[in-house]
Amino acid sequence: MKPSIWSRLDVLVRKLTPIVLTLLLVVVSVMPLHVPGLSRVVPVLPLIAIYHWAVYRSELFPAYAAFGVGILQDVFTGAPLGINALVFVLVYGIVVSQHRFLFGKSFAVIWIGFGLVAGAASAVTWVLISIWNLAVIELSAVYIQYLFTFGLFPGVAWLFLRWQRLVLKDV
Amino acid sequence: MGLKDSPRHIVGIAQPVKTMAQRFTFLVLVLAAVAMMILGKADAVLTDRVRVFVTDAAAPVLDVISRPVESVNGLIQEAKDLYAIRTVNTELKKDNARLLQWQTVARNLESENTILRGLLNFVPDKDASFITARVIADTGGVFANSVLLNAGERDGLRKGQAAITGQGLVGRVTGVGRRSSRILLISDLNSRIPVMVQPGGVRAILSGDNSDQPRLIHLPPSAVVGRGDRVVTSGDGGAFPPGLPVGRVSSVSEKDIFIRPFIDRTRLGYVRVLDYGLTGIVGSPPNHSGISAADEKRLRNTKR
Repeated sequence: MKPSIWSRLDVLVRKLTPIVLTLLLVVVSVMPLHVPGLSRVVPVLPLIAIYHWAVYRSELFPAYAAFGVGILQDVFTGAPLGINALVFVLVYGIVVSQHRFLFGKSFAVIWIGFGLVAGAASAVTWVLISIWNLAVIELSAVYIQYLFTFGLFPGVAWLFLRWQRLVLKDV
Repeated sequence: MGLKDSPRHIVGIAQPVKTMAQRFTFLVLVLAAVAMMILGKADAVLTDRVRVFVTDAAAPVLDVISRPVESVNGLIQEAKDLYAIRTVNTELKKDNARLLQWQTVARNLESENTILRGLLNFVPDKDASFITARVIADTGGVFANSVLLNAGERDGLRKGQAAITGQGLVGRVTGVGRRSSRILLISDLNSRIPVMVQPGGVRAILSGDNSDQPRLIHLPPSAVVGRGDRVVTSGDGGAFPPGLPVGRVSSVSEKDIFIRPFIDRTRLGYVRVLDYGLTGIVGSPPNHSGISAADEKRLRNTKR
């Protein structure tokens, strides 16, 4: 029997949630939270999301989604247009190419993998923005931002894993 | 010999084709991003327009989501204030006594000023009008320092206007959409603001570097600046009205003079955007030397 239009629509909406959730993280990360010191080193939440979906459900999160998320991140943060898009697409590409290695590994391995990838992403962003502005950006803030993003990975990943179990199980 | 010979070949080739298509998409996206960056460097106006367009479209979402965040922050602040009510009260009483003295001084100066202006046929400054707007996004400070406001062109905001709070200068309007706008904070790497150090009236440029403390550059050789000196906008270049408080000199060394801004970045909830009817250097965003690229080119050309 052919599935009804509603169930097909339901599946479609579920399939879109990884992208929607990631876009939401971009918005959340630019909310003015008024926490002293935080606005200097806001974690790169979308990077966590892109890594996560590239590892677990890359078929629901294509490369152009990573690109789009990067553009939105650039627009909101006021970074030169294209920088985060490039970094996110590169991260996505690297993770997908290592899919065979990462798939089915323990959470600790996935987390360490994120540490390496996010470190590289921070370094590349720093170099690109320094070149773009023709000025050396203070490294300490970049480093703290990286540590912050790394530390938040388990929390965000846990939420996404629950989401996968609840919403994306059958799609 | 062709692939049509047997269906097995087609199955065998489907996966590589898919992988190749994925690689191609990947490559196109990487190139597109790089092209965008180069385009942004070459034609800032176009990328700014894209940025403003997307920001404008997303502004209602940012506005709605930031509202509950704002309320929770308000509650936390309320609780903190309640806790500190005694100490603050004592401080305020002290301040009040001090300010009453200042009031007398100010009244005397005002009357003196009126008389002197009368003598000189002084043309008074135009009164500034201002637009109050809410900060709907704070974009983090590692690579860029800017905030988004929920007011834009339709509310009377224009590129180049100064944004202030009760404490001091926040930054400059750099992008205006219909209902949203971007303020480049004074701490941003690309922020250059003509300032004056009081007392003494030393003129300099306040240059951000994405850190908490922007620095003073292009000081005259004989300038004397001390720790704790007040820094206000000078009004040079016509971009900002003169006299807006900016910050205090926090450290002076052989190489650098750092400023601690009066504004508290983490407490930016509402800002006021001043409309003095000044247009100044708008349209040619200053680069690192404080001269626009076009000006530089012209200078080079005339030298030759």
